[in-house]
Amino acid sequence: MSSKGSNGTSAGKPKLAVNVGGIQMINPVTTASGTFGFGTEYAPYVDLNRLGAIVVKGTTLAPRAGNPTPRLVETPAGVLNSIGLQNPGVDHFIDEALPYLAGFDVPVIVNISGDTVEDYARLADRLSQAGGVAGLEVNISCPNVKKGGMQFGSDPIMAAEVTRAVKGKTSLPVIVKLSPNVTSIVSVAEKVAEAGADALSLINTLLGMSIDTKTRRPFLGNVMGGLSGPAIRPVAVRMVWQVYQAVKLPIIGMGGIVTAEDAIEFILAGATAVAVGTANFVNPHTTIDVVEGIEKYLYENGVSDLNELIGAAHG
Amino acid sequence: MSLVIDAKVVQNKQIIPGHYRITLATPYCTEKARPGQFLHVRCGSTQDPLLRRPISIHAVDPQAGEVSLLYRVAGRGTALLAEYRVGDMVSIFGPLGRGFTLPKGDGKVCVVSGGIGIAPLYFLLQKLAGLGIFATVFQGVATAKQILIEDEIRELGHSVVVATDDGTKGFHGTVTSLFEDFLRGGGLVSKPGINEDGLVSCIFTCGPPAMMKRLSEIAAQQGAYCEVSLEERMGCGVGACLSCACKIKDGSGWFHYRRACVEGPVFPAGEVFWE
Repeated sequence: MSSKGSNGTSAGKPKLAVNVGGIQMINPVTTASGTFGFGTEYAPYVDLNRLGAIVVKGTTLAPRAGNPTPRLVETPAGVLNSIGLQNPGVDHFIDEALPYLAGFDVPVIVNISGDTVEDYARLADRLSQAGGVAGLEVNISCPNVKKGGMQFGSDPIMAAEVTRAVKGKTSLPVIVKLSPNVTSIVSVAEKVAEAGADALSLINTLLGMSIDTKTRRPFLGNVMGGLSGPAIRPVAVRMVWQVYQAVKLPIIGMGGIVTAEDAIEFILAGATAVAVGTANFVNPHTTIDVVEGIEKYLYENGVSDLNELIGAAHG
Repeated sequence: MSLVIDAKVVQNKQIIPGHYRITLATPYCTEKARPGQFLHVRCGSTQDPLLRRPISIHAVDPQAGEVSLLYRVAGRGTALLAEYRVGDMVSIFGPLGRGFTLPKGDGKVCVVSGGIGIAPLYFLLQKLAGLGIFATVFQGVATAKQILIEDEIRELGHSVVVATDDGTKGFHGTVTSLFEDFLRGGGLVSKPGINEDGLVSCIFTCGPPAMMKRLSEIAAQQGAYCEVSLEERMGCGVGACLSCACKIKDGSGWFHYRRACVEGPVFPAGEVFWE
């Protein structure tokens, strides 16, 4: 299936467009929430219109100050962070960030987080009425907040309850972002799918920590943090593979994508779209490099439509 | 506008043990850079170490189109950077951040550094000299062997006084004690940097947080304007990741976090919420 293509006869450009649970994307490349701000920060370096979608920084009902510093420490081929969902709150997002993003022709997916199921429902309601939002990414997997976050994501029943609450308040596509910090990501994915999710994002960061041998204290101000970057890619690819086999929902795959080859690996494992996260920090132009690299890969391998590659590694 | 550029190494030399100066050919940064700004430097070409390193711009040579960074080897990234040879290419992203506010005054400027904190202050001193403003520089280091670029600063026309923790050169004690002694008319330093009333109008500082905090207090007592260059672990450099959060007064007696990479790294000392 993966080798079916134009074979040079109808030379045209390969098709990159994908559909993620009702969100039509011109290509499969989006941004991992929290690594791309509200888009404004990267607009000087990236033509936002060339992205498949933008997933913005996690948003909560009330503003959050975030965690104490240090919030970041580098680890082998990765990064541990404990930002703590610092954000100006949903009202500020709707008033300030959304109007700016409305100036671009790119689907805006808003990542939402709450302390309670009710918080998620209220956020879904507010954002659905705001206009200019293409979809919601339900964050039930943040390892850096005391309440909510990963608690919801590690219990399949709770994850389903949050999903239902959000679905009940919005007609927008609902993407549920899953935590890798669970015994069985498939169990969570299945329950979330039953609850009506339109798509899944995976994976969020892996809970980790690092200790400074000089001070003999944890590096991070919040002690533990979420691991991202190339170090976690094999774990993420494995989870996309497993969830693809178990659940018939489109997947946004992420975890350490730096190059187009990395992105293709996720797509072969079963991802319909991919998100670039930590690599944005290293090269602000990574998203576009990945888009161009995927197109080149398709062209060189005679694949006329990217959709042919989704899950192709399963044979 | 900041750019990601591959810049050629013109020189990369150890100037005192553990401290290097790398000079890069980058006419773009030469033209755009302001004192206090930094470059986000890729210290290698593989995925480990992964992140760029924010290194403040140390000196600019507009004629040659070259920018220099003065850095201390403190970890894996800077150790790799020290291995770059003349002719190698280094990926830099910048210039980034908000720099120092150049004073309009007439020679009432003091510059206070602690350790490697002298690095960004030298670029400021280059600019000040160009404006005909000559400062008194107070350089604090642990021991005489760690004094950095003292002669280069004098060559710009500024005066330099040194404090060493171990008394191996200059004032025996902290640089803040030296500075306070100077303000009291202790006679260790004379003339430039002080006006007729014995008041300093402007202080620029970079060094350990405790040092900058003390200077901030001294500046407030003196009624002097003071700017500090803060340091925090940084990710993206463009304000997206919120890693490099600094505590800045919010106007109600508490603080809010501001990003060292965008709103800083230079902040007015009076706005910093010191702990």
